[in-house]
Amino acid sequence: MLDVAVAYNRFKFLGDEFLTWLWFVIDNDPEYLKKLSPEYADLEIGNRMVLENRKQQAVESITIKGDDANLAEGILALRKGAFVTELNLCLKLKDQEWRFTIKGESLNLSGFKTPSTGPVETAEDVAGAVIEKAYLYDQVIQLIDTLFKNFIKIRTSYHWQDQVVSMIKNWIHR
Amino acid sequence: MGLLSSSVSITRYNVQGDLEKPVIETVAAALKKNSISEIDDHTSEITTGWTSFDNPYQPNFEGASFVFGTYLVFSLRIDKKSIPAKTIQKYYNIEMAQKLKESGREFLSKNEKKMIKDHVINLLSLRIPATPNIYDVLWNYEEASLWFFSNLKAANEEFESLFSKSMKLSLIRLFPYTSAQLTAGLSDSELDILAKLTPAKFTE
Repeated sequence: MLDVAVAYNRFKFLGDEFLTWLWFVIDNDPEYLKKLSPEYADLEIGNRMVLENRKQQAVESITIKGDDANLAEGILALRKGAFVTELNLCLKLKDQEWRFTIKGESLNLSGFKTPSTGPVETAEDVAGAVIEKAYLYDQVIQLIDTLFKNFIKIRTSYHWQDQVVSMIKNWIHR
Repeated sequence: MGLLSSSVSITRYNVQGDLEKPVIETVAAALKKNSISEIDDHTSEITTGWTSFDNPYQPNFEGASFVFGTYLVFSLRIDKKSIPAKTIQKYYNIEMAQKLKESGREFLSKNEKKMIKDHVINLLSLRIPATPNIYDVLWNYEEASLWFFSNLKAANEEFESLFSKSMKLSLIRLFPYTSAQLTAGLSDSELDILAKLTPAKFTE
């Protein structure tokens, strides 16, 4: 395996491509998400997206914020060669909601909010609260792992260049 | 932003290697050996160590108190004294004026100035309490998976260094390439393709 620091920088584009692909899938092919797991059908773009265009000498960054923000600016940025570098997502399962932001280059999670859990009032409540929170975090971690695994399988197959790139291009330029 | 906070940040790691059995006792001993030590009455400006998740100001790793179901849960504590630069400058000037008066000289050598500055910092360090920062760790030993509850670069680096020193295990941060390598279940041929990938173009 490559040196970790070298691998981080050399392949950080993979994370940005992953987030860009994910936006494309959520927008165009919710059935694909449903096939991975019926629960993933309700994955939505959240209230924040950051795109960066590194093709020019100076990095151009576009941030779109707001609960009902118009993502047309993001599509325009993609047209000019940008990729999604940070994406806020919302997962709804029955009456529960998770919100979190993934950063492409690191796959780090931030602003990660789970459905509310019971209050911790005594020392005995702590163990239960930790296990419950861990379970709730794990729902999203498993979702990301499943999505990333599927993305990387496609990305390392001929299907990527033959079909996926064309479909993403059509989506951006329609 | 602790594990039970309403909003958290998580950096994920893969833990490589096995601990000596019994694992709980080995982890307890490693945490105890590298637990946080107080520096409020010392001249040290910074200290790092493990502490208990549920009692971060009185670390205690006895009786598997850090085991929650299938998880090992503990915290990294970084105590740091932040002495304002202007405070250092004030006492440095006072000390320097006194030294000049005592010696009857008009100037001090570079070495003498440095000694005065170090002396001032040491004195102030004894008087200023350290500010603790606590970062939770949730480790699923069986799954070789670990979540560190911060994305801060400095905190992650301190964590990686102390974890490796304490547990004698190697930690691999899960970012796109390492996730693809370690957790995506790629075949050898897919891994070969992965190593040669170049950025895609969606522009026409």
